[in-house]
Amino acid sequence: MSSQTQTALKKIDKRVVVIGIILIAMLMAFPLFVVEDSEFGGSDGAGSEAITAIAPDYDSEWISNWWQPPGGETESALFALQAAIGGILIGYALGYLRGRQKGQKMTVEANSDSGAQG
Amino acid sequence: MKHNSRKKLILGTMILAINMGLLSTQQVYARPLQMHIMEGFLPLGWAVFWWLIAIPFWGIGFIQLRRILTEKPEQRLLLGLSGGFIFVLSALKIPSVTGSSSHPTGTGLSTILFGPFVTAVLGTIALIFQALLLVHGGLSTLGANAVSMAIGGPLVAYYFVWKPLRHYAPTWLSVFLTAFTANLVTYLITTTQLALAFPDPVSGLWGSWLTFAGIFALTQIPLAIAEGILIVLVFNYLQVNAPSELNELGVLGA
Repeated sequence: MSSQTQTALKKIDKRVVVIGIILIAMLMAFPLFVVEDSEFGGSDGAGSEAITAIAPDYDSEWISNWWQPPGGETESALFALQAAIGGILIGYALGYLRGRQKGQKMTVEANSDSGAQG
Repeated sequence: MKHNSRKKLILGTMILAINMGLLSTQQVYARPLQMHIMEGFLPLGWAVFWWLIAIPFWGIGFIQLRRILTEKPEQRLLLGLSGGFIFVLSALKIPSVTGSSSHPTGTGLSTILFGPFVTAVLGTIALIFQALLLVHGGLSTLGANAVSMAIGGPLVAYYFVWKPLRHYAPTWLSVFLTAFTANLVTYLITTTQLALAFPDPVSGLWGSWLTFAGIFALTQIPLAIAEGILIVLVFNYLQVNAPSELNELGVLGA
């Protein structure tokens, strides 16, 4: 129990959390405002171009992907699916933990209340 | 608490300064770098080589994962959380100052909670998803991509940052640097893999490495910082709401 109160003390200030989230958003959105005339194409594709520049004779067609999404729409749908799967896992875990912690707190409080009365 | 906020403020200023620095050099490095090596973009020999390196890590990872699932089934929740982070973050293509986009790895949390071997398995699941359905990386390069994102980054971050630092530095700093390192090392390894397979005809291996690395530092450092901050926030949430799980994993306490 003592370890739990100790960790509870480590909880950081809500303002720090807000500042952290703002910083993350700024770091990610920052290039959008700075770099003009760019579509921010995937670096994976462009990296392959660098290989072509260094080794123009290299044949990357010795093997190809077994399946390709028919178009950009399907591809973005699959990317969204990947993020959704991850998001569900994260939301479930964080929500479950939060609810459990709250439940424990209420039980402890209820016990101490009834103990004081009786 | 006030003291803590001030530290964050200093950190924020530093991040801004770094970004300004990147801004000024952005013209010089206009070429982006990739994170996952595309299907076919490694010669057969190198593809096999990286597969062979990856296989033992997957093996140990599977054994550790099975042990966790049977002996500590209550950790399934945090396993799901760690895997979820890798899935979400590696699906996000974030714009970068070089005019391309790149993505975070999300392996930091799993590395801190479960170590590099379990992370090797979790990270590879995300890589397989992207290789099979998204033409993002491929089966021939799965070994190489696993060695960089799922194995190498987490391994270096765990043994060279998290383990040595955790008892000496404040928790938030150790967590931040672990996630930061896992992300950056991933790109360093990808760079090395490409340079090894495609040494520059003129400047050789080192020249190739610099070609690939020069750009990636700019794309990647802001992302690594953002990822580090995110993992710090999530880790703090876990400290408050899942202290028993963290204790059981030996992540909390001395």
